[in-house]
Amino acid sequence: MKDLLSIDHLQTFFKTEAGTVRAVDDVSLRIKPGETVCIVGESGSGKSITAMSVMGLIGNAGGKVEGGSIQFQDRDLLKLSRNELRTIRGHEIAMIFQEPMSSLNPVLKIGEQVIEPLMEHLKLSRKAARKRAIELIKQVGISRAEQIIDAYPHELSGGMLQRVMIAMAISCGPKLLIADEPTTALDVTIQAQILDLLRSLKEESGMSILLITHDLGVVAEMADYVAVMYAGKIVEQGEVEAIFANPKHPYTKGLLRSKPIMNQLRDELYSIPGQVPNPLELTESCYFHDRCEQCMAICRTKQPELIPVGDSQQAACWLYEEEKRYA
Amino acid sequence: MTIASSETAQGIKVNKNQSHVRSSLWRQSFRRLVRNKLAVTGFAVVVIMFLACFIGPFFSPYTDNKINMALMNHAPYAKHWLGTDTLGRDVLTRVLQAGRISLTVGLASMVLSVFIGTLLGIIAGYYRGVVDQLIMRLADLLLTIPSLPLLFIIGALLSEWKVPPDYRMYIVMLMLSIVSWPGLARMIRGQMLSLREREFMQATIVLGLSDRRKLFRHLLPNLVPLIIVIATLNIGGAILSESVLSFFGLGVMPPTPTWGNMIDAANNMIDFQERPWLWLPPGFSIFATVIAINIFGDGLRDVLDPKQKR
Repeated sequence: MKDLLSIDHLQTFFKTEAGTVRAVDDVSLRIKPGETVCIVGESGSGKSITAMSVMGLIGNAGGKVEGGSIQFQDRDLLKLSRNELRTIRGHEIAMIFQEPMSSLNPVLKIGEQVIEPLMEHLKLSRKAARKRAIELIKQVGISRAEQIIDAYPHELSGGMLQRVMIAMAISCGPKLLIADEPTTALDVTIQAQILDLLRSLKEESGMSILLITHDLGVVAEMADYVAVMYAGKIVEQGEVEAIFANPKHPYTKGLLRSKPIMNQLRDELYSIPGQVPNPLELTESCYFHDRCEQCMAICRTKQPELIPVGDSQQAACWLYEEEKRYA
Repeated sequence: MTIASSETAQGIKVNKNQSHVRSSLWRQSFRRLVRNKLAVTGFAVVVIMFLACFIGPFFSPYTDNKINMALMNHAPYAKHWLGTDTLGRDVLTRVLQAGRISLTVGLASMVLSVFIGTLLGIIAGYYRGVVDQLIMRLADLLLTIPSLPLLFIIGALLSEWKVPPDYRMYIVMLMLSIVSWPGLARMIRGQMLSLREREFMQATIVLGLSDRRKLFRHLLPNLVPLIIVIATLNIGGAILSESVLSFFGLGVMPPTPTWGNMIDAANNMIDFQERPWLWLPPGFSIFATVIAINIFGDGLRDVLDPKQKR
């Protein structure tokens, strides 16, 4: 099937006084129609920056996309004008954020905010948009939408606000929904509901979801395809079953080991030793080498490339490069 | 799914409990404002001033401003409560009529300067870059020139060009708003700089909203409290400036009365010493109105813009 979104060799850098931060360095990722792709990684691994690059929000954050291309349905998002991009945002690609409480304008009623994309992109009249907004709010599982539509954001709970955000995001029938840690700010019971909601909306409309998270539980529940990011690079990607059953990259292995498993008693949870490297001090090497248990000489001097390992999986690790060479 | 419904049910319950506070932002502010006795007094004085000036003259038998040589410079007595002026006109009636002009000039120039200042401030703060530089450097330029001398120069030019007295009132409004928008534009721009980085503005970008919607539907409502406070305080300033100009004969010209050109009587040594009823009433009117507006404005500020509390 043809890809809905294909990110190729994306490089997003931030120029700071201390030097250039390569927040996203040579990342390639494909999303097929109707597929849920998860990007996993710890804070600062570049997963949010990847999403923001797709949305064209990098300029606002002070960074710059230095290279690569982002193809969305045969159009390169990086080459579109401001206006062309505006007609795609909210219409064909929508996004929801981590903090529903601060993502809604505090002085406008919920309804006012939900009807805006409808009027902007679908050119509905105010009355028709309001009717549609009530339907949308019902669709995301809020009963008594007629009351909620006239409420201010501060009158609703975080879970309700995230539902409203989702209603706004799906209002124009997007083909791709980018969800940047949509459940991180919510408490655990609500998290599951929001994920359920996203999944059922996806099934109804057939849209693709790019889900950004640091929670492997969320990945297991939602993803068809996973990309693991570390220090601005994808270190491993593949079908979700393959990654969980048979992780190849030592970092992925470490991540999976540091996840609690139900009904299994362990004195202490495993944690990967060391810290994420300072993005300013990266040199030609595998960025994970000083935390890796299987570090070799070559890992310190040369960067591994993403190569196929197994049938539906790719990893960037010298372990497999060597294997292949001597095989 | 049972959990889902209970969550929403709970959410609605919370909402139901709060429904009496609906549109609470304004109602809450109003309640807090009413509790501030000083601000309420200020507001009352302003309202009384407005009513007196705009309705009062209808009850006066002297509105035709007929010159009466027999009654020149008469001290206050039963028929003329505040005496008569050098041309035998009733001072009370003239003070009220002058108040109409002064308050109108104050209000109109406030509206105009708030409009210019808000628009330019929003544009500068939102678009940044060259537009921002242009607008803010122009504002800086206007701020570096002391406003009174600037007004004097414009006023003198107008007299030189023989602008008809009827138009001068409107030109004075324009002059006052030209010197007072830069301060407002700066504050609005500052506020915009912080608002545009807020997450909900990022959300509007992601929703692909047009700039017009972003600026006037999302950002403007967030600025309203600030604008209300500045606008209120601005009226007082405008009334003062107008009075100063008219006092020096560079603002609104007689025979159109304003509080400023009425105090002009104090320029005359004899009037100043012997006939206080000529200049005390307009002077007191200016004093009372401006003080009342400022007190009310301060009260508003405490309620609407708590961050700026001094």
